[in-house]
Amino acid sequence: MTREELPNLAESKLTALVVDDNFVNQSIHQKLLARLGIQNDVVCNGKEAVDAHCSGRNYDLILMDMDMPIMNGIQATKRLREMGIESKIAGVTTRANEGEKKEFMEAGLNDFQEKPLTISKLLSILHKLDFYVQT
Amino acid sequence: MQRQVALIKQSLFDQGYLDEQFMELEELQDDANPNFVEEVSALYFKDSARLINNIDQALERGSFDFNRLDSYMHQFKGSSTSIGASKVKAECTKFREYCRAGNAEGCLRTFQQLKKEHSTLRKKLEHYFQLARQAGPKETARRPK
Repeated sequence: MTREELPNLAESKLTALVVDDNFVNQSIHQKLLARLGIQNDVVCNGKEAVDAHCSGRNYDLILMDMDMPIMNGIQATKRLREMGIESKIAGVTTRANEGEKKEFMEAGLNDFQEKPLTISKLLSILHKLDFYVQT
Repeated sequence: MQRQVALIKQSLFDQGYLDEQFMELEELQDDANPNFVEEVSALYFKDSARLINNIDQALERGSFDFNRLDSYMHQFKGSSTSIGASKVKAECTKFREYCRAGNAEGCLRTFQQLKKEHSTLRKKLEHYFQLARQAGPKETARRPK
């Protein structure tokens, strides 16, 4: 897909939260979202993601890494679901064996993508979660 | 000059230093962030230098905590994958295999190779970005053949 063909979702006013402890991935994921016109915030671990929601912030989409210090992605996803957070949560991780993926999905994910995240994978997430209709 | 930049980039791919993921990052560059890839690369080398230091210290202590080493290397591999640092990623994978096998000598040997690949990539990318800045936009976003 060329740059000119990328959808601009700014009008839909979608918001997203990047949850990842790695600064390189934070930067890339934020840029990917921004490229599609999706406003986004970033936190460094699962606990910060939970705290953000406790403070009243809410997002349409959460990109959740699995391996993070303090509170990992599985724990954070479970906690957010226990809190009644209904945001769409997509797990984004390098861990992709079936057992690890199953455990992460069962924590409450809506979708799962293997890193590295790309525009195509992000569009796939958005399409699957009904944020974006492919034409 | 643009042609020189393109040739240098082609060689980085041909020699296996970079993979497709690097192209994905270049596709994200726009007028708002014309140096996005260079900025992300700088982040990567800063972060990976920290990880190398952590691993160096852990190995110097002589006590091989393979779980901790594997954890550091998992982070290192993750970053390397994200910027398309193909050879560095391969060494990270080997190192983790040695960790799982409890092979200290293999870890030490692989780590030396990893540092070499990391240093080589750093120099090559610095050279590439320097030339790319001099050349100006926009030969950089094309996929190499």
